[in-house]
Amino acid sequence: MGNERWSRREFVGRAGKTAGGVVLGLGMADLLAACGASNAPAAASGTGNLEIFSWWTAGGEADGLKEMFGIYSKKYPNVKIINAAVAGGAGTNAKAVLKTRMEGGKPPDSFQVHAGQELISTWVKAGKMEPLTSIWKSEGWDNTIPSDLKAIVSSSGDVWSVPVNVHRGNALWYNKKILDANNLTAPTTMDDFLSQLGKLKSKVQAPLALGSQGNWQVQMLLENNILAAGGPDFYKKVFSGQASFTDANVKQALSWIKSMLNYVNADHPTLGWDDADKRLIAGTSVYNIMGDWAKGYFTANNWVANTDFGAAPSPGTTGKYVIVCDTFGLPKGAPDRDNAIAWLKVCGSEEGQAAFNPKKGSIPARTDVPASIFDPIAQQFITEFKTDALVPSSAHGSATPDAFASAVNDEMGQFVINKDVDKTAGNLQKLSDEFLKA
Amino acid sequence: MATATAPPVMVERLPRSRSLRPLSWERVTPILMIAPSVVLIAIFVYGFIARTAFTSLTAWRGVVPDYTLVGLRNYIRLFQTEKFQADIVNTVHFTVFFLAGCLILGLGAAVLLDQKLRGTIFFQNVFMFPLAISFIVTGTVWRWIFNPSYGLNVLFHNLHLDFLQSGWLTKPSSALNSLTIAAVWQMSGFCMAMFLAGLRGIPEELREAAHVDGATEFQTFRYVVFPLLRPITLSAVIILGHISLKIFDLVFVMTFGGPGYSTDMPGLNMFITTFRQDLFARGAAIATVLLLMVALLIVPYLVWNLRGETER
Repeated sequence: MGNERWSRREFVGRAGKTAGGVVLGLGMADLLAACGASNAPAAASGTGNLEIFSWWTAGGEADGLKEMFGIYSKKYPNVKIINAAVAGGAGTNAKAVLKTRMEGGKPPDSFQVHAGQELISTWVKAGKMEPLTSIWKSEGWDNTIPSDLKAIVSSSGDVWSVPVNVHRGNALWYNKKILDANNLTAPTTMDDFLSQLGKLKSKVQAPLALGSQGNWQVQMLLENNILAAGGPDFYKKVFSGQASFTDANVKQALSWIKSMLNYVNADHPTLGWDDADKRLIAGTSVYNIMGDWAKGYFTANNWVANTDFGAAPSPGTTGKYVIVCDTFGLPKGAPDRDNAIAWLKVCGSEEGQAAFNPKKGSIPARTDVPASIFDPIAQQFITEFKTDALVPSSAHGSATPDAFASAVNDEMGQFVINKDVDKTAGNLQKLSDEFLKA
Repeated sequence: MATATAPPVMVERLPRSRSLRPLSWERVTPILMIAPSVVLIAIFVYGFIARTAFTSLTAWRGVVPDYTLVGLRNYIRLFQTEKFQADIVNTVHFTVFFLAGCLILGLGAAVLLDQKLRGTIFFQNVFMFPLAISFIVTGTVWRWIFNPSYGLNVLFHNLHLDFLQSGWLTKPSSALNSLTIAAVWQMSGFCMAMFLAGLRGIPEELREAAHVDGATEFQTFRYVVFPLLRPITLSAVIILGHISLKIFDLVFVMTFGGPGYSTDMPGLNMFITTFRQDLFARGAAIATVLLLMVALLIVPYLVWNLRGETER
């Protein structure tokens, strides 16, 4: 996946390299869906087709999707499931295909989308989605899915998509053996963290590993640090355009990044996030701040949780949880609407989430799925998820529209070079004026 | 100017022949033969250019098209962004060094290969080979070569040439030049082939005459060979120039525009703006600026070409 390194959302990019083949497959799926629609325009639940659109084409996420298909097929054996997954580009290819289908008036029955603005600022705003408020109510999800998360997938009083999983954006990963050897424990405050980095500087090549190729990793540092400096309320305000990026909290967040940059590996602009985690395994770095998809990388390299590596909330964000969440929605004009609604119910069910998340490496959006089926770090996060303040990630499209996230991405690339806190804060505010006040 | 005067000549001739023989096959056949390509080009090239230019004047952002006309606002905003300003500087810098590198190396290699020594065919192919590779492959390979911890730097260290070590793609100051090196590596073989063809096209008599007149080898080159290579050089500049202005794939895989904006190019910016940010109108504005830049390079060439033809 070398040439996909650049992507902001590379963590879902364990995608195959056969985009061509899949697109061809999609063409067929299109044709089938069209046939299905013309033969049985009002298919009752239980017959006909169900076309599910996603970018889960490889590895654990594809396996997880298959598990959910299995549950669906058991309930509705006569429905033919069409897996319209588009590989490559960590979802960017899929989103391009989805765009042409939605514009062309041929939506799939349901499609994968990140929770929040990625859906709300695009297809909801364009009036192409059906609200799911009544399904949410009838399934009783108010009791099982945290209200903070419901707020993220809602706008103007309606719910627009069903969360399937939750990834954590604000996680600090460490090489446990090096930490133990230096009699250190994972820091909880930023001051603590920075002083530890200072101590470790003489012992390892670069105590904090960073892979900043594509700059979205730096954007994650920014949002984590804003959360640490300003707390959840300020975080939500600043990312919805109600507070200024020239606020002292943002400047504090930026100067923390500036301090962190004193301890990172010099080749970070050419490294992806996984290259940074490789440094932890090699012992040339001790810490890395990255989403919990890093766990999958460690375990794939035979590292054992809580023996070789450990995780904690990123410095200063204890009790706060940055959410990166995949959801499914219901487009208007879905050819098999009843089947799609049945699918959404599986997505939101305890059974569906228990089957999907262990494979995907995320935690369930529902709080009643037994934690015992998960690995120790997922268990630790599940416990925290239940009580923490939840905020949506901006870097991964939930808190803000893509146009803003992408522009901030560029700005953070500049910041890494010029390290000018005031100028960057001013530029971020300009972007906020342009993209968050529409 | 020549382009403007050419069509009326055709228009004048056609009505005259029509009045003579209204439905002659001899007259209809060529029109029918050309018609499909004219129609296709009219729609898919000029039609789309017009459409892009129109889009660049609208307020379209987001997934729903919005055709409210806003005049030149997108262009003004675009030129105000730090990123696009950097793009322009980078493109000029890259184009100048890329052209100079390709022309000098290409000419040098061509002159050497023209010496009719043993093994020229072999080296000719060696130099040409990078041209057969796509920029994506070149970019990936050179990204590895430039990796500070296991690429060229290790080689220099082992050769005790540590002073040659550099941050390559990781430093804003050296990233653009590193990119240029990879591009020159790929395209100088093409220049060599063109110059070689040019050199071989120069009649032996001219050189002999120069020698008879007492010119030294260098003088022969300077006053006989070089002037005769001028048309080839111009063609090479045009072809490489438009590749360089529109460069996308190489940047995409090597640096994705980073660090910061240090290697960002208009083509990459256009892609991100349009397909990542959904700012369709602004993306179209970048496309239009890019088209104008390429036109600035190519139109004088076309004019010069047409003039040459009419003189002949």
